[in-house]
Amino acid sequence: MTTEVERVFREEYGRAVSVLVRLLGDIDLAEEMVAEAFAEAVRRWPPVPPSPAGWIITTARNKAIDRHRRESTRGARHAQAALLADEAPVEEVGPVQDDRLRLIFTCCHPALNRAAQVALTLRLLGGLTTPEIAAAFLVPEKTMAQRIVRAKSKIRGARIPYRVPRDADLPERLRSVLAVLYLIANQGRADLAAEAIRLGRRLMELMPDEPEVRGLLALMLLVESRRGARRDGGALVTLDRQDRSRWDHTMITEGHELVRQCLRRGAPGPYQLQAAIQAVHTDGETDWAQVLALYDQLYALTPTPVVALNRAVAVAEVRGPEAGLAAVAGIELDYAPLHAVRADLLRRLGREAEAAREYTRAAELSTDPAERTYLRTRLSSGELGFRSRGL
Amino acid sequence: MAKYLLSVYQPEGTPPAPAELERIMADVAVFEDDAKAAGVWVFSGGLQGQETATVVRAEGDEVLVTDGPFAEAKEYLGGLTIIDCADLDEALHWGRRATRATTLPIEVRPFHWA
Repeated sequence: MTTEVERVFREEYGRAVSVLVRLLGDIDLAEEMVAEAFAEAVRRWPPVPPSPAGWIITTARNKAIDRHRRESTRGARHAQAALLADEAPVEEVGPVQDDRLRLIFTCCHPALNRAAQVALTLRLLGGLTTPEIAAAFLVPEKTMAQRIVRAKSKIRGARIPYRVPRDADLPERLRSVLAVLYLIANQGRADLAAEAIRLGRRLMELMPDEPEVRGLLALMLLVESRRGARRDGGALVTLDRQDRSRWDHTMITEGHELVRQCLRRGAPGPYQLQAAIQAVHTDGETDWAQVLALYDQLYALTPTPVVALNRAVAVAEVRGPEAGLAAVAGIELDYAPLHAVRADLLRRLGREAEAAREYTRAAELSTDPAERTYLRTRLSSGELGFRSRGL
Repeated sequence: MAKYLLSVYQPEGTPPAPAELERIMADVAVFEDDAKAAGVWVFSGGLQGQETATVVRAEGDEVLVTDGPFAEAKEYLGGLTIIDCADLDEALHWGRRATRATTLPIEVRPFHWA
C-alpha cells in the first residue's frame, strides 16, 4: 500500500466497513467490498480524492452492486445486497446516529465472549488482519480465525442487532465496550495501545456526554505516555526511578486536561478514578494522600482484590509499611504483584527471611521475563523500595 | 422476525417448598401473560422430570428404545418457551424476564428454521 492509502486505511477502515455493514446487512460481504475498494485505491491514487473515505465507501458500494447484478440468482447472502437499492434507513432507537458506534456495540455485544469481542473490534474497526490479531494475543492463527468466524456466525445466526442500544441498556452495554478497549490497550503492545487510543477518541467524539468514555481515554493516554521510560534495555524501571524526560508530555497534557473535564462533570466512575490516580502520578512528586483518597473511592465502586492491593500500596506510603501490610493481609490472591508488594513491605520492616520467600513466589508467578529479572535482582540486591504500582 | 427457544435449566434434586413454588408459578404466569400481550409468545410448557424420559434411536432397520434421558445431567431441560422476536436484544429481554420469574438459568437460542 502507498503511504497515503495506508493512512486512509488506518483512519477510515472502520467507518467504511460500518457503513457497508448497514447497507449490505452482512459483515463478511462488507469486509470484502471494502478490501476491494482499497485495492482499487492502490491502483488509482494519487491523486487522492478530496474525500478519501467517501471515495472508498462509494467504490465499495458500487462493487457490491456489481457483484449483486452478476450473482443475483446466487445464495441468500447476496440477496442482502438488494438492500442497496432501496437504502432502507436503519431503525434508530439509540441516542447517537453513527455507523461506527453501531458496529462497536455489535462487536462488543455481551452475548459474545470477551475474546471474540476484542478480536472483532480489532478486525472490523481497527482493520487488523487475523494473523496480526493472532500474533498480538499469542494464539495460533487458526484459533483466531475460528474465533472470528464463530463470532460472525453468531451475530448472523442469533441476529445480534446492528444498533446503538436504547438508553436503558446503555450503561451495561457501554461497560462492555470500555472493557474491550481497556483490554486492547493493556495487551502490552504499542501498536495495540495506539489503536485503543484511536478508538477511544472516536468513541468520545461520538459519545461526548459519557464521562467514563473520557475517563478511559485519559487513563489510556496517561499509561501509554510512560511506555518509553518503563524499560531500560530489557529491564523494568519502576515509576519512582523513571527518566521523566522520556515520558510523552503531549499525551500527559492531554490526559490531565481530560481528567480535569471529568472532575468538572462530577460523576466519577472506575475509569475516571483510575485516570485521576495516573494523573497524580504524572504530576510532579506523587501526592500519596490524594492517591489513597482516590483508591478509597475506587474500592467503594469496584471492590476487587487488585484494587485492594493498589490501595494497600498507597496506605503504606501514607501510614507506613506496618499499616500497608495490614491492608494487604485480607487479600485472597496468589498473584505476582501481591507477593512483590508484601515482600517490599516486609523488607522495609526488616523481616528479611519472610521478604525473600515472597520475592521468590512473586518471581515464580510472574509471566513477564523483565519483571522476573527485576524481582530476582530485588531478591539478591537487598535494595529497598519496590513499588508495585510504579510501572 | 425470528423464533427463539428459551430453555429452562433445572437442577436435579429437591424441588422448592410449596409456598416458594406457588410464588414461582405465579411469576411465570405473569411472564407468559406479558409475552402474549407483547405479541411475542408462541408456546410454553414445563416438562416432567428426566426420569420420565425415553430415548428412541434408529439403528439399521430397527429402532432401539431405552429408558431414561439422552444424557444424564445435574442440570437438565425443565421447560421451554418459544418466542418470536425482531432480534437477539428483544429475545434477551424476555430471557431476562424468564430467569427472574423461574429463578433458574435460561438458555436463549435462535431457531435455524421453524
